[in-house]
Amino acid sequence: MQSKRKIRVLIAKPGLDSHDRGAKVVARALRDAGMEVIYTGLRQTPEQIVETALQEDVDVIGLSILSGAHKALFPRIMELLKEKGLTDVMVFAGGIIPDEDVPEMKKLGIKEIFGPGTPTEKIIEFVLENVPKRT
Amino acid sequence: MSKIEELAQGVLAGERRSIARAITIIENDAPEAKRLIAKIYPHTGKAHIIGLTGPGGSGKSTLIEKIVKAYRRRGKTVGVVAVDPTSPFTGGAFLGDRIRMQELSTDEGVFIRSMATRNYPGGIAKATRDAVKILDAAGKDIVIVETVGAGQSEVEIIKVAETIVVIHAPGLGDDIQAIKAGLMEIADIFVVNKADRENAEKAVIDIQAMLQLNTKEKKWKPPVLKTVALTGEGVPQLIEKLEEHRNFLKKEKAEEKSLLRAETELVEAIKEKAVNSIIEELKREGKFQEVLQKIMAKEIDPASAAEELLHSKFRRKNDAKT
Repeated sequence: MQSKRKIRVLIAKPGLDSHDRGAKVVARALRDAGMEVIYTGLRQTPEQIVETALQEDVDVIGLSILSGAHKALFPRIMELLKEKGLTDVMVFAGGIIPDEDVPEMKKLGIKEIFGPGTPTEKIIEFVLENVPKRT
Repeated sequence: MSKIEELAQGVLAGERRSIARAITIIENDAPEAKRLIAKIYPHTGKAHIIGLTGPGGSGKSTLIEKIVKAYRRRGKTVGVVAVDPTSPFTGGAFLGDRIRMQELSTDEGVFIRSMATRNYPGGIAKATRDAVKILDAAGKDIVIVETVGAGQSEVEIIKVAETIVVIHAPGLGDDIQAIKAGLMEIADIFVVNKADRENAEKAVIDIQAMLQLNTKEKKWKPPVLKTVALTGEGVPQLIEKLEEHRNFLKKEKAEEKSLLRAETELVEAIKEKAVNSIIEELKREGKFQEVLQKIMAKEIDPASAAEELLHSKFRRKNDAKT
């Protein structure tokens, strides 16, 4: 029987803001594109996000943040991913991230950053194209 | 050491990344899944496997968080498999049970995995059962399986778990009726959650009344408990009953029940293998496609076609023997 591989995505909300409309819209869009989407709920610490990604063995993590704390939280998340050996997980982000911060975030290893108003089709396409291949 | 052997070693050592990868392999029904299960199977059978089921909105995930915490306080390690439905239209799934279990995610003694029902040939039972085996082999003392929805998949849980908890909450509509169909018979423990709501007492009485209609004399009488999952009220009593049921199983029907589970699993495995190999052979011979065309042309109906195909197949085999 052939393998029935599914793309598993973790949608996570680091930080203290409590607006998850955007995260839910993205989660819904990815689900409707045939992926399995795990949603963590609000106010997750980097430790919780990375441990969840590990247990759920996801291919992709989508981080949603509107609080402005990305400069503190994203480096920590990327560092923990490395520490736990989850280097083959693709990470993208969305929310309110000023343009001038984007290069710095990408340097951390965050593959793409989507601002407000991004069509969900664009995110789906991006995930499908960039999901890491596993052996 | 092969990759699968390495992975199996990791699982047995309780290594979290190995556990996660192993579950993915069985979830994807990858070719190496069978070898993996074969490797860990001798190390299973130690965990207490608890199934928790009930309608959406009854508070299953919230209650599980409290149950896990209670077991952790008693020094037990816990695995959770939370099952949510796959959309039959898109194949996607939204797995949100962790929202209610956030505090558990960084506890080293807990491993939570969300699973989608996908469209497994053997029903959800097969993949869940194998995920449970992995957590069991990894040394978890307690493994909890959570399933949602009404009907088939709820009753399937009996193929997976030893102790079945059916949870209900007042104010969810007329679903005491829904409990009646099937779930009533499989429950070892009933929980009326959200017991601080006004109709809780009535729900308890309704369930008790229905239990009294059971004509079969049973050695284990399913208790009806009240909990408030948000505050943790009633959870210690639930844990006590869970332990009591486990001890009961050890003394009474453990052999019988696990024999039954093993038998179901064996029968299902044979069925899957047999059916697949027959279909493959028919396809190789071209008979399958031939008959398919006939069905499309309305020359024959699918049931008669199946009978004809199998008949010719097995007659030939028998002829060959004699």
